[in-house]
Amino acid sequence: MTMKLKGWALAGSVLAMSAVAHAAPPSPTMLANACAGCHGTNGGSAGPTMPSLSSQSKAAVVDAMKKFKSGERPSTVMGRLAKGYTDSDFEAMGEFFSKQKLHVTSQQVDAAKVKKGASLQEEHCNRCHNEDGREGKDETPVMASQWLPYLQMQMELYQSGKRKMPEKMAEKVKPLSAGDIDALLHFYASVK
Amino acid sequence: MTLDRRSFLKLVGAGAGAAGLPMIGRAAELMPKGAKRVVVVGGGYGGTIAAKYIRMMDKSIEVVMIERNDHFISCPFSNLYIGGILKDLSPLTIKYDKLAANHGIKVVQAEVTAIDPAAKVVTTSKGTVSYDRLVLSPGIDFRLEDMKGYDAAAMEIMPHAWKAGPQTVLLRKQLEAMKDGGTVVLSVPLSPFRCPPGPYERTSMIAHYLKAHKPKSKIVVLDANPAIASKGPLFTKGWKDNYAGIIDYRPAKKVTEVDAGKMTVLIEGLEDVKGDVVNVIPPQRAGQIAVAAGLVGDDKNWCPVNPNTFESTKQAGIHVIGDASNAGAMPKSGYSANSEAKICATNIVALMNGKELTDMSGINTCYSYITDKEAVSVAAVYAAKDGKIVAVPNSGGVSPADFSAAKMEAIFAESWLKNILTEMST
Repeated sequence: MTMKLKGWALAGSVLAMSAVAHAAPPSPTMLANACAGCHGTNGGSAGPTMPSLSSQSKAAVVDAMKKFKSGERPSTVMGRLAKGYTDSDFEAMGEFFSKQKLHVTSQQVDAAKVKKGASLQEEHCNRCHNEDGREGKDETPVMASQWLPYLQMQMELYQSGKRKMPEKMAEKVKPLSAGDIDALLHFYASVK
Repeated sequence: MTLDRRSFLKLVGAGAGAAGLPMIGRAAELMPKGAKRVVVVGGGYGGTIAAKYIRMMDKSIEVVMIERNDHFISCPFSNLYIGGILKDLSPLTIKYDKLAANHGIKVVQAEVTAIDPAAKVVTTSKGTVSYDRLVLSPGIDFRLEDMKGYDAAAMEIMPHAWKAGPQTVLLRKQLEAMKDGGTVVLSVPLSPFRCPPGPYERTSMIAHYLKAHKPKSKIVVLDANPAIASKGPLFTKGWKDNYAGIIDYRPAKKVTEVDAGKMTVLIEGLEDVKGDVVNVIPPQRAGQIAVAAGLVGDDKNWCPVNPNTFESTKQAGIHVIGDASNAGAMPKSGYSANSEAKICATNIVALMNGKELTDMSGINTCYSYITDKEAVSVAAVYAAKDGKIVAVPNSGGVSPADFSAAKMEAIFAESWLKNILTEMST
């Protein structure tokens, strides 16, 4: 009787152990949820210097994370965090965020700048930043409704050379004045 | 509803030591349980997120969140209020109405007085609530037996301010009332405690206040640990560069007793130190309700858990997240609690639907302010390995030692707060 009970107890604990051992590897949701403390639930950011990840394409997320990991893209915590993941983790995160709908922000923008930016983007940006920045060609990130302070910080990093501008972007940005760029950022921040 | 003998004894037992005990006659069932219910105890960094994510992932599970207050005040950033940088605590305060409405969470404002793991019932000041699974996110309580003389009355004279709220306000008022040339004494307990860099950020923020308003004053830090317990080189440099002559840091000085009448703290019966303002951060353990439910481990302080489900290894059906849990390599931080809550929620939903579990993947990101414009951070990624939570090798770490990112990180920290509190309240 005692032996039998022990046997059952053992079987029970083996079952419990195997349940732990056989857990599936972290799912896209498991991986992406951990990001949301800083980037907002489902990647919709409420913090003006943190980008929304919702509706970013898989390619954009993977490209950004790989560049954070290698150090090619400058960062504070992102490089340290990216080193904790594999390329397939990045793809899983990208899969999750690409399925989330655009996070629409309400922020103060300058109407005149938005108007100017809207016309500038048609000539200079929209071949890659498609649909008013709601979509992006290849690994081009979604710009629509991102927080203005975030967009401004990234543009500063580009212009200081700390963040490397893609060649095509550098060509398009070159003829633009500081006022033009400011207007473009106001435009993208305003897109709903 | 009739009380069985077990619940009756629990009630009497719980009421015996507590003031304002619930009347036995009121302990009727508060809300009848449907098919699947999770009860979450605690509405802080862990509890709100567990409640929300369970509902996000499975609307068929009823979620009841029980919290004693009608609001929550964040400990992260409360040091900035103490240092005079934040005008009030409103940016750190959340309410639960939007969270409840957006996700269909039933929020009950009540005190949990007992848990019956066998019957799967929690007793609250408003009645009993049955559960299929219970998530405890009770935070910390103090080990007052290890700090002689530090009773409720002493806390009003020598605040801990380690639970944000009236204690935080009291400490700031005391600093404001102190004469220039005064001494602030701050005592740090042995690790582990809530928020490993917290005492050192507080030191920085108090020093910031003194430098600006009471430059003849100083702060004496009595640390029970052999060295600064988190971000050590960064705090050391930050203090040297900004607060030389203001901060007197003394490692391996374990405060074991206080005398609120004399405004002194006693270091292991050997040496007493007097302050004009005394901030005692006492030794800590899991919140009392987790201790009473028999969830603490061999260390008698923290609750051992399964790394993927955060289910207690002491009691089936009860999950413990946040500061109260022993989560292996994950520190007792707000961000850890947030991350743990989502891991726990994911696997509770799997368990309640008979699905396969998912291996945990977690993050901690934590900022500490050195001055009003400079902050340093620690960040890490966690995974389950051999039944334990470990930091993923060759990842994570702290800010650059030369403070080259400190101004940028102070700006990012503000967005951190905005995002994490928005997650908890919407």
